[in-house]
Amino acid sequence: MANYFLDNEDIQFLFDHLDLRELARLQEDDFAYVSEDGSGYAPRDADDAVDNYRRVLTIVGQVAGEMIAPNAEQIDREGNTLNEDGTVTLHPLVQRNLRRLAQADLMGFTLPRRYGGLNCPTTVYSMAIEIVSRADASLMNLFGLQGIAETIYAFADDQIKDETLPRFARGEVTGAMVLTEPDAGSDLQAVRLRAYQDEQGNWRLSGVKRFITNGCGEILLVLARSEPDIADGRGLSLFITERGPGVRVRHLENKLGIHGSPTCELVFEDAPARLIGERQRGLITYVMSLMNGARVGIAAQSLGVAEAAFRLARCYAHTRQQFGGPIERLPAVAEMVTDMKVHLEAARALCYETSRVCDHENNNLRVLEFRKDIPPEEKKRRTQLSRTLKRINGMLTPMAKYYCSEMACRVADTAIQVLGGSGYMKDYPAERYLRDARITTIYEGTSQLQIVAAVRGVTSGAFENWTAEHEGRSYDDPLLEELKGHLLEGKRRVVEAIQFVKTKGTQYLDLVGRPLVDAAITVIIGHLLLGQAAVNQRKKHVLRRFLARQLPMLETNCRYVLSGDVSPLEQYELLAGPVPAME
Amino acid sequence: MPYDCIVCVKQVPDTANVTASAMNEDGTVNRAALPAIFNPEDLHALEAALEVRDRYGGTVTAISMGPPKAAEVLRDCLYRGADRVILLTDRRAAASDTLATSYILSQAIRTLGRYDLVFCGRQAIDGDTAQVGPQCAEKLGIPQITYMEQMGELREGIVRVRRNIGHGWEVVECPLPVLITVIPAANQPRPPAAKRVMRYKRARAAAELAAQVKAEMPEAPEDLIAAEVQRRVEALRAEGLLIEQWDLDRIGADLSRCGMAGSPTKVFRIQSIVLKREGHVQVPPTEDGIRQLVRELVVDRILG
Repeated sequence: MANYFLDNEDIQFLFDHLDLRELARLQEDDFAYVSEDGSGYAPRDADDAVDNYRRVLTIVGQVAGEMIAPNAEQIDREGNTLNEDGTVTLHPLVQRNLRRLAQADLMGFTLPRRYGGLNCPTTVYSMAIEIVSRADASLMNLFGLQGIAETIYAFADDQIKDETLPRFARGEVTGAMVLTEPDAGSDLQAVRLRAYQDEQGNWRLSGVKRFITNGCGEILLVLARSEPDIADGRGLSLFITERGPGVRVRHLENKLGIHGSPTCELVFEDAPARLIGERQRGLITYVMSLMNGARVGIAAQSLGVAEAAFRLARCYAHTRQQFGGPIERLPAVAEMVTDMKVHLEAARALCYETSRVCDHENNNLRVLEFRKDIPPEEKKRRTQLSRTLKRINGMLTPMAKYYCSEMACRVADTAIQVLGGSGYMKDYPAERYLRDARITTIYEGTSQLQIVAAVRGVTSGAFENWTAEHEGRSYDDPLLEELKGHLLEGKRRVVEAIQFVKTKGTQYLDLVGRPLVDAAITVIIGHLLLGQAAVNQRKKHVLRRFLARQLPMLETNCRYVLSGDVSPLEQYELLAGPVPAME
Repeated sequence: MPYDCIVCVKQVPDTANVTASAMNEDGTVNRAALPAIFNPEDLHALEAALEVRDRYGGTVTAISMGPPKAAEVLRDCLYRGADRVILLTDRRAAASDTLATSYILSQAIRTLGRYDLVFCGRQAIDGDTAQVGPQCAEKLGIPQITYMEQMGELREGIVRVRRNIGHGWEVVECPLPVLITVIPAANQPRPPAAKRVMRYKRARAAAELAAQVKAEMPEAPEDLIAAEVQRRVEALRAEGLLIEQWDLDRIGADLSRCGMAGSPTKVFRIQSIVLKREGHVQVPPTEDGIRQLVRELVVDRILG
C-alpha cells in the first residue's frame, strides 16, 4: 500500500529536523486555552500536537498514494466539462478525490478548530500540498486553495466567517481567488471589474475575469474596483460572492497541463456580493497576504511534481539496460539523476524553512490582531518582530516560489531525458509531469516577478542579516567548517555584486535580478543544508555536491552582474531584430 | 428510516507481505514476523455499514474477537466513523476454529440485542475459509447474503443486494435482519478522518491498559497493578475513550462450545512448500520462439 508520506525519507527528516514543537506552541498559544476548547480533539501539549501532525500527514500520504495517484492519468486525459448553462462538471474522479479529502477531514487544514479545522501550521500544510501534488499536481489547485478560507478568517467579519468557514472545513465547498482579468495579469492594479452599491446599499459585481483557477467553485473572493475615481490599486476592494445566477462560466481553458484543475473565464452580471474587511484595502493588504501564502503553496506543489518525476527517472535509470548494464552506470545519466535529487532536496530545504518563517509571522500577526489584552511592552516587542519577519519573508517567499518552480521544470525535463524516447511517449507519466510542472513558474506571479520581489530583499539588507545570523554557528566537523568557509567566500562575492548594482540604478537591478537572486539563493540554501548536515551524515554529501555544482555558478553569476552589460536594454531593437510579420 | 448495523472485524497477519521468516519450522504461521493489519475485506464490510448509516441514519457498531492487541483495528473503526466498538477478548476463546468463533460472535450479537444488518468481510486473509459469516447467520437464525458486490436499496424492512456468483451476478431481496458478507468490488473504504484520529488515538480497552501497566511496573505486586489499571480505566471512561470489552461470561457463552473444546477442526497435515527457481529457458526473439513459449505456458496452465 503506497503511502506518500511514509515512503519519503526527506520529508520525514525535515519533519523531525524543523522544530515543529516550537511551531505547535505558537499555533496553540502555548496551550493556554486547552481547557476552554470544546472540540474534543485539541492537543494537550507540544508533543501531542506534533503526534497529531504526524498522524495527519500519514493520512494525507495514504489518501494520496492509494486513492488519488491511481486516478491522475485518466483525469489528465479527460479533463473537466463546461455545461451549456455556464456551470462546470468536475471529472467524476476529481469529485471522488475531493470526497476522499473531505472524508479524511483535510479540507480545513489550517483553520481553527472552532470552525471545524485542524489548526495545523503552514509548514505541515506545505508538506501535505507536496504529498498531494506528487499524486496529482492538478488536484493541488483544489486542495491547495485553502488560503481562501484563511483570508476570510483573517479579514472578513464574524458573520461571513461563521457562514462560510465550517462549510470549507467540511469540504462542502471549494473556493477561488478571482483576481486576473484580460488586461490585468501580473499588473493587478489595472483590475476593472466593477463593484457598485444598488439602491438598497448592497454590493454588486459586473465584469469579466479570466484564467480563474476553480472559478466554478462555490465561494469566490473577487478583486473589484469599488472606487471608480481611483485608477490604481487603492481603488480596489475584496468581495465575497457565491456561485449563483449572476455568475457564469463562459469558457473553460484548454491548457498544456494540470488538466484536472478547471481554469475558467467568469462573467459577473450584477452578482450580489459582500465586502471583505475595509474598502480600498483589497489589493494592497488582503490580496498581497493571500498571494504570499499561495506562493508558498506553489513552491510545495512544485516539490511534489519534482518528487514524482525524480522517482520515475531513478527507477528507470536503475532498470533500463543498455551497453550491458543499467544506464545509471553511465556517467552522464548518473549526473542527471544525482543532480535531480540534490536540487530537489535543496529546494525542499528552502520551501519548508520559508513555511516555518511564515508560521512565525502569521501567528505573531494573529496574536496582535485578535488578542486585546497584550501588555504594551509585549505589544511593542511583537510589532518589532512582525517587521523583522515581514522583511525576511518578503525575501524568502518569492525565492522559494521561484527556486522550487524552476527546479520542478528542470527536474521534470531531465526525467524525460533520462527515459529517452520512452519519456517522450504518453506511455509514461514523464511528459505529464513536465506539462504539469510548467505552470508553476507562471501562476501566482511569474518567476520574473518573484525575482523583482526577491532582489529587493537581497539588496536591502535582508540577505546580509539573514546570513549573518546563520554564519554565527560553528560545526565540530572539519568538512562542514570547510564548506562553511566556501559559503562565507560566496557571500563576499554576492555582497560585492550587490554594492556594484547599487551604483547602477533600478533598471540595471531588474536586468541582473536573476543572476543576483540565484547567487543569493545558493548561499541561503547552503546554510540551510549545513544545518541539516550537522545532524545527518548523508546530508553532508548532499551539501558538498550542491556546493560543488552551484559555487562555480555563483561566481559566474556575480561576474556577469559585475560586467555592467546593458545591451538587452540599450540595443534591444538591434539584438532582438525586426518584429516578424504576423501570419 | 434509520438502521442499526453491526460489523465483525478481525486483525490478521499481513500475508500479502510475506518474508522468509513468515513460517515457523513446523509449518505454522509466525505471527511475530508479520505485521498485524485490518483484514482487508472487513474494511469493505465496515464501509458498507457506514454508507448505510450515511444514507439512512442509524448506528454502526464494530465487534472484534481476538487478543487485546485486536483493539488496534477497533480504533481504526473509530477513526473511520464507527459509533461504538466492542473488544471480545478471553483466554478461554483462544484456539477457536470457525465453528467456535462464529458461535462466540453470534452470542455477542445476540447480547447487543436490536440490529438490522450484520456485515462481515467475505473471508480473512489468514485462514481464507469464508465460513465465519455464514455460520454466524445460521446460529442467529437469520438469512444471509454472501459475496455482496453492490449495495442496493433499503426500503420498508427489505434490502436489495447484488451478489457475485462467479461468472456473473444476481440481485436478491431479503427481509431484515440479515447478515451480508462483502467482497472488495462492493465499495472503496474511506480513509481515517483526521479529527477522529486526534480524538480517539488515546482510546484503549481495559486489557490493553493492563498490559501497559504490567510493562511499566514489572516488579509491582498484583493488587497494586490491579488498582493502577482500575484508575486508568476510570480516567478513560470519564473522557469517553474506554473501549468496551466483553468476555465469554458477558455474552453468556457455553464454554464447551468455545476455544479448543468447541473446535472440532483437526489439522491433518501442514506442508511447507518452497518454490525454487530451477534454471532458466532462453526464448529466441522470433515468431517461432514466441509461439513455442505460448504453447508451453498453455500446457503448464499458466495461460488459457
